[in-house]
Amino acid sequence: MHTTLPSYFSDRNAFLSGGFSCADRVDGFLRRIEETSHLNAFVEVFGDEARQAAAESDARFAAGNPRKLEGMVIGLKDNICYKDHAVTASSHMLEGYVSVFSATVTERLLQEGAIIIGRLNCDEFAMGSSNETSVYGKVLNPIDTTRVPGGSSGGSAAALAAGLAHVTLGSDTGGSIRQPAAFCGLLGLKPTYGRVSRWGLLAYGSSFDQIGPFTHSVQDAALVMEVISGADEKDATASHKPVPAYLDALQQKDVKTIAYLPELMENESIIPAIREAYRNTVEQARSNGYKLTEARFDYFDYLVPTYYVLTTAEASSNLSRYDGIRFGHRTAAEKVDLDGLYRKSRSEGFGWEVKRRIMLGTFVLSSGFYDAYYAKAQKVRRVVTEATDRILEGADVLLLPTTPDTAFEFGANSDDPIKMYLQDIFTVQANVTGHPAISFPRGNDEKGLPLGMQLIGRKFAEGSLLALAGELMN
Amino acid sequence: MNFWDKYEMVIGLEVHAQLLTRTKAYSADVNEYGELPNRNVSEVTLGLPGALPLLNARVPELAVRLGLAMNCHIRKYNMFARKNYFYADLPKGYQISQFDTPICYEGFLNIKDAEGNVKRIGIERIHMEEDAGKSIHDQDPWDSLIDLNRAGVPLVEIVSHPDLRTPAEANQYLTEIRKLVRYLDVCDGNMEEGSLRCDANVSIRLRGESRLGTKVEVKNMNSIRNVQRALEYEFERQCTATENGETIYQETRTFDAVSGKTFAMRSKEKAHDYRYFPEPDLPPLVLTDAYIADIRAALPELPDSLFRKYTAQLGIPEYDAYWITEDKYTIAYFEDAIKAGSNYKAISNWLMGPVRSYLNEHGMHIEAFPLSPERLVEIIALIDSGKVSYTAAATSIFPEMVQNIGISALQVAESRNLIQESGADALNEWVIKAMDAYPDKVEEYRNGKKGVMGLFMGEIMKFSGGKADPKAASALLREKLES
Repeated sequence: MHTTLPSYFSDRNAFLSGGFSCADRVDGFLRRIEETSHLNAFVEVFGDEARQAAAESDARFAAGNPRKLEGMVIGLKDNICYKDHAVTASSHMLEGYVSVFSATVTERLLQEGAIIIGRLNCDEFAMGSSNETSVYGKVLNPIDTTRVPGGSSGGSAAALAAGLAHVTLGSDTGGSIRQPAAFCGLLGLKPTYGRVSRWGLLAYGSSFDQIGPFTHSVQDAALVMEVISGADEKDATASHKPVPAYLDALQQKDVKTIAYLPELMENESIIPAIREAYRNTVEQARSNGYKLTEARFDYFDYLVPTYYVLTTAEASSNLSRYDGIRFGHRTAAEKVDLDGLYRKSRSEGFGWEVKRRIMLGTFVLSSGFYDAYYAKAQKVRRVVTEATDRILEGADVLLLPTTPDTAFEFGANSDDPIKMYLQDIFTVQANVTGHPAISFPRGNDEKGLPLGMQLIGRKFAEGSLLALAGELMN
Repeated sequence: MNFWDKYEMVIGLEVHAQLLTRTKAYSADVNEYGELPNRNVSEVTLGLPGALPLLNARVPELAVRLGLAMNCHIRKYNMFARKNYFYADLPKGYQISQFDTPICYEGFLNIKDAEGNVKRIGIERIHMEEDAGKSIHDQDPWDSLIDLNRAGVPLVEIVSHPDLRTPAEANQYLTEIRKLVRYLDVCDGNMEEGSLRCDANVSIRLRGESRLGTKVEVKNMNSIRNVQRALEYEFERQCTATENGETIYQETRTFDAVSGKTFAMRSKEKAHDYRYFPEPDLPPLVLTDAYIADIRAALPELPDSLFRKYTAQLGIPEYDAYWITEDKYTIAYFEDAIKAGSNYKAISNWLMGPVRSYLNEHGMHIEAFPLSPERLVEIIALIDSGKVSYTAAATSIFPEMVQNIGISALQVAESRNLIQESGADALNEWVIKAMDAYPDKVEEYRNGKKGVMGLFMGEIMKFSGGKADPKAASALLREKLES
């Protein structure tokens, strides 16, 4: 199936040689989007604009001055701003809201000739692991439509797996790129915190959020990362570290030592197919000449609670601006005072998962509880970061599964938020610590569902992750 | 009975000062008072989804400048914190502030107590934060209107220790702060426009008691005078209540300037839990020793120190020195003048006299005063050399020079024929003529009635047509009368 899905890197040769045009490719994507509308991956398609942009790209190719991403067709998760286009975070709260500015990533993609084809469904405000909390309804996994695509960037993953764009962008706060990438058989990269500007990303957990690509090939991911990464005067947390040539890094193979966690090979909470895939990935790496070292990580039990205390705290504050005063949903109820206006607008505008997290975050920050929850979680965050750094002192990367399970059926975890949250157990680590991490497809389970392996690297070592993932992926 | 005999008042003030920056604290929006509503509002000020704050580097710079002037310690590792609450004029639902790492801490400011002695008021902290917008409730019959021009304007909050003991001291303290922030170009100090605001924490206790009483917070005092009035009222209210056996409640009260009374605000508004936590959108601000040293080096000599220099070293009376050090423009004028001339006392007298009168008459500030300090010193030098009289200088030379700033004092004196005659022959002649005119008065003088000197001097001036040097003339007159 994957061979039929177009990567930009291979398409670009056709664009250059005139084999087929960007306009042909965009038409093809638009047709498939229509044919697969039951997947519910797109919440809005910018068809006419995409056709127009494709014509411009073709003119550039014809004139011999194509830009870096000329004709790359990209879908944006519905929490990334695009000037004069709606952005809703798949929430009733922002129905009809049009952004007056573009995210830095959007701006940079457009400047390099990328074509933005539409907005992609996601969990409401990126809160969820199954794309079941969207106001637009669930997204189907193209590989098995009875199953979830993962979340929160479920639309981004489903769209790419169904071949509806060259590349899609998601955001990853606790695994929201890597987990759906694993569930849909894709590459998904969560960059180092600060590598990619967050300007124009609707905030969930500001000290965790990063934008990153879903791709079919490491070349596409490298190209996109070269464009979207780097310092941004609009985001004080964006790093000033120079952006390397990631495409060249793919040839460099600077990883020598790979750490892995033997305990996970025996861990019963991981399905056998994933444990088996973990084992054979380790073996393949060893036979490819890498040095494999055993490592220990004693903090898995603390990761999910730490993550949920800190992200919900930040979310409770980040989502305060959705108050019905200046934009977004305002209650139609009359005769309410200011408090009533807030109460009603927010109760009507937000879904259950968002409310749950706002309440949790408000609680952990409350006077009297702050030290027991927020302050303690911050300490754990430091400890976990140090432990991760220690592993990465002894090895260039850490290899571990992306998820404990493959794509589950709709509703499987809906009644038990804790069970749902434990989906994130292997992905939240890199968000808690800020390290870069990539999920790459590595075979299927017995039902034919894709599964993903994950590499966590040293900070700003995205190039090493891409190179190694390219070697070890299917 | 007089409550002051029995009770002591304990006051701590929280002063908010809007910083004089070109743009807002965390956005490129212009920081300007008086613009049409909702003009200076970008996506950051509006708190639109996806917008992020960026620290204006002038904000910590001004905060440190003020902190150093208030003798504070400066914190090198600064965190920003979010202060969360909902209000219609607070776009993000939180203010970006500082919580447990204020940029300046533990300093002091000197004021004068009732006896005129220097009293040191402790400064607990100065921290950076952003202003909220304005809710306007009286313009529209149905709706509240929101103006977000002020949202995001940078502020510092200056928190004093509870060291103030009387409403008059609070007045003094605020006056000093206003003087200082204006002098340092940190804030324009305009309480009516709200660029300088003050909340007070007030309690009373029996004299001799060391524990603090129940603290009441008083808000909404929009002038230094109103702060004093509110505190006077609050002292009476708390003492009366205590005398009547009533309980003082810890609450927030608002001052009503019309009635001069304070009223309890709804209890709902006092039960805020701001849920402070570190601002994840701004990295910690790290200040280096060199950064702090540069700001310290650029600090001008402070009014307090100038006051001491003027009174102790230059012999300027306290009242005059106080007036001169009241604002930076007067200080600058005086400083330039004492560089040009050495008769400091005369310079101060001229500033307090003719210059001040001129400014008052013309409703002018010294900034706009046309006569340069050097020209003023020329006038004084001309008097000191005995060439013109003070009266001639003040009534003729000074007004003409203010009109015509290109002309020198000597030119005016010459063109108006005001150069005094101090030549011995001429003086001698006028003195003898005056004594000859009133032989009986000469006799009176010699019998001890010294007051007739004035009469003779008047005559001398008349004969000389105003050109006699009064000093020389009176010396010669006295000599002749007493011989």
